[in-house]
Amino acid sequence: MAQNDDIQNIPMARAINLGLRQALLDNEKVILMGEDIGTLGGVFRITEGLHAEFGDKRVLDTPLAESGIIGTAIGLAMRGYRPVCEIQFDGFIFPGFDQITSQLAKLTNRYLGSQTFPVVIRVPYGGHIGAVEHHQESPEAYFAHSAGLRLVSPSTPNDGYWMIQEAIASNDPVMFFEPKSRYWPKGEVDFRVPVAGLHTSLVARTGTDVTVVGHGAMVSVLMQAAALAEEEGTSIEVIDLRTLSPLDYDPILESVRKTGRLVVAQEAPENASVGSQIAATIGERAFYSLEAPVLRVSGYDAPFPPAKLESQYLPDADRVLEAVDRVLSY
Amino acid sequence: MSPATPVPQSDPAPVQFLTPAGELVEDAANEEYLPYLNTLDEADYQRFHHDMVMTRYFDEACTNLQRQGQLGLWVPSHGQEGAQVGSAHAAKPQDHIFPSYREHAVGLVRGIDLLGIAALLRGVTHSGWDPNDPKNGNFRLYTLVIGSQALHATGYAMGQQFDGVVGTGSPETDEATMVYFGDGATSQGDVSEAFVFAASYQTPQVFFLQNNQWAISVPVSRQSRTPLYRRGTGFGIPSVQIDGNDVLAGFAVTAKHLDDARAGRGPSLIEALTYRIGAHTTSDDPTKYRGDSEVAGWVARDPITRMEAFLRSRGVGERYFTDLTTEATDFAADIRRRTLALDNPPTDVIFDYVYSEPHAVLDAQAEWFARYENSFEDSAESGQGNN
Ligand SMILES: Cc1ncc(C[n+]2csc(CCOP(=O)(O)OP(=O)(O)O)c2C)c(N)n1
Ligand SMILES: [Mg+2]
Repeated sequence: MAQNDDIQNIPMARAINLGLRQALLDNEKVILMGEDIGTLGGVFRITEGLHAEFGDKRVLDTPLAESGIIGTAIGLAMRGYRPVCEIQFDGFIFPGFDQITSQLAKLTNRYLGSQTFPVVIRVPYGGHIGAVEHHQESPEAYFAHSAGLRLVSPSTPNDGYWMIQEAIASNDPVMFFEPKSRYWPKGEVDFRVPVAGLHTSLVARTGTDVTVVGHGAMVSVLMQAAALAEEEGTSIEVIDLRTLSPLDYDPILESVRKTGRLVVAQEAPENASVGSQIAATIGERAFYSLEAPVLRVSGYDAPFPPAKLESQYLPDADRVLEAVDRVLSY
Repeated sequence: MSPATPVPQSDPAPVQFLTPAGELVEDAANEEYLPYLNTLDEADYQRFHHDMVMTRYFDEACTNLQRQGQLGLWVPSHGQEGAQVGSAHAAKPQDHIFPSYREHAVGLVRGIDLLGIAALLRGVTHSGWDPNDPKNGNFRLYTLVIGSQALHATGYAMGQQFDGVVGTGSPETDEATMVYFGDGATSQGDVSEAFVFAASYQTPQVFFLQNNQWAISVPVSRQSRTPLYRRGTGFGIPSVQIDGNDVLAGFAVTAKHLDDARAGRGPSLIEALTYRIGAHTTSDDPTKYRGDSEVAGWVARDPITRMEAFLRSRGVGERYFTDLTTEATDFAADIRRRTLALDNPPTDVIFDYVYSEPHAVLDAQAEWFARYENSFEDSAESGQGNN
């Protein structure tokens, strides 16, 4: 697939596909592993065409075993490969949890740095797709809690294209959370230069009254909320986190020093979440700039409900604006 | 990729009683199971055929409902009715069944209202039926995480063992457990661990493996270089391979192994060779990974066609078949009607049954949610008042 144009308007699914392809071309040690990622191109078609182009030894249709996928990826990394593992859906990562948290996360430390473990784990995650149990979850907090793992989540096609390559280039394990409801909307990808580093949070929309932050599919909800608020005369600054571990606090602090108000939004349940971590840290570090407590808007601390209730469970623009109103009421 | 050394093929033929043409055969491979086949009478044969047909119609109705946007997803059982109906009829009322997510025919035989499966896939519940309600035939809930239920079944069977309801010599009260899983599932650690525990504790249990040749787009050859039933043998579990599209083999072989389990002779594994004629789910496009001729080869071995030929050869008349078509059509129409009538659940069920006892943080969230939802109703009402 030649890229004739420097800038293309494509969906994130296609952008990640092109990013993976570029990584496979750039480094022969890069290999893709996962269930149904070969002939089928993955259930979301993110690896479409790559098996045909790169063959069995670069694109592996694995047996149906997540612990097996991650565990063998670790061994392959020890042997000098850079495996990129696909987990079919968020809720199916847990059979691989032990290999990720007890092994992959800790191996650099156990080896005293004598060896790196450049494994990427791609996780289509989040709701808004009306699917059955285990197919709409946001499990990032489990992994953010595990030292040794880096966590990122793109929200745009451009970030999909660049961040997957940056993740693969990282010598540390990277959990790459792909907001599956954002796979299909199109956006511009600039194939010439990446926007920012892998672990950089970015201001997606400038504003002066309230700062709202989120990642993945939440960013588009926040943009929608900001547009609605503008009609009512409230100026919202939206920050796209992009990185969840390490968190990039500086852009949030800078924004909060300007607005004095912060709302953190996420699909994940609130308890012990990434959003809670941000709220606590900003509370500590920007106390004198804050005009109101930091509020969180999250999924409820209940299992992700049946599909017909997902829109009540998932924070939408209304729920974000309800919190915006509350921080403005101080 | 090609295997380094082909595995020597010294396997006995899969157990079969009915050929694809519907002829009854007796041979060395099925001899051991003949006494179980001989417990069946003409009414049983018809019942097996009936249940397969009902499931086929149900499956088709739900596939259509999905196409029309009335279900979020559908998981077709087309082609696997023989394995499912045969094995399910071998279980006794006191036995416990742990399905995966494609066992619609087993659910039918065990007596659940199949509307529950449609409800699950419509996205109105994670459940669908209450396994603890006696009318639901000890049919546990569907499990979507591949392989997990194998361990649950083994644990349940350990409990049956500890409770002393195994091997007492009372065939009407001794219990067993049967768990269903697929060829792909055999690669999961959970399934191997279930084999280990089952063998170690000699659980009263049958592992019923439906090898439908595919795990979504991945052929069984990627999961195993040996016939899968041999996995069991390696764990010390007696194992047998059957023609899974022969409902009679499914019944007779399962009946024997469940009898063994109830009698305290430990676990066993049955690998039923069958085929998923339809897509993995309605989200899947099987033309991407398998050819028409493969599918056609299995259509020629359809479990219903061969049972029909068998029934006709025994003198079952046209009347039975036309009546059955009417009954199955009505059944499917009834499922369709009731599925369309399924309302969305009330929103506050999000907070129900997360714990069995009050939980302060969740209860506070539920309260907040109720107030938040009401705030919209209030503003909607006041909006109306303004008009
Ligand atoms: C732990 C886990 N990983 C991945 C999946 C996604 N998935 C759903 S069904 C399936 C294939 C299952 O194949 P098999 O066990 O042969 O059962 P079949 O669908 O053929 O009945 C996969 C990979 C899952 N449900 N659970
Ligand atoms: Mg299968």
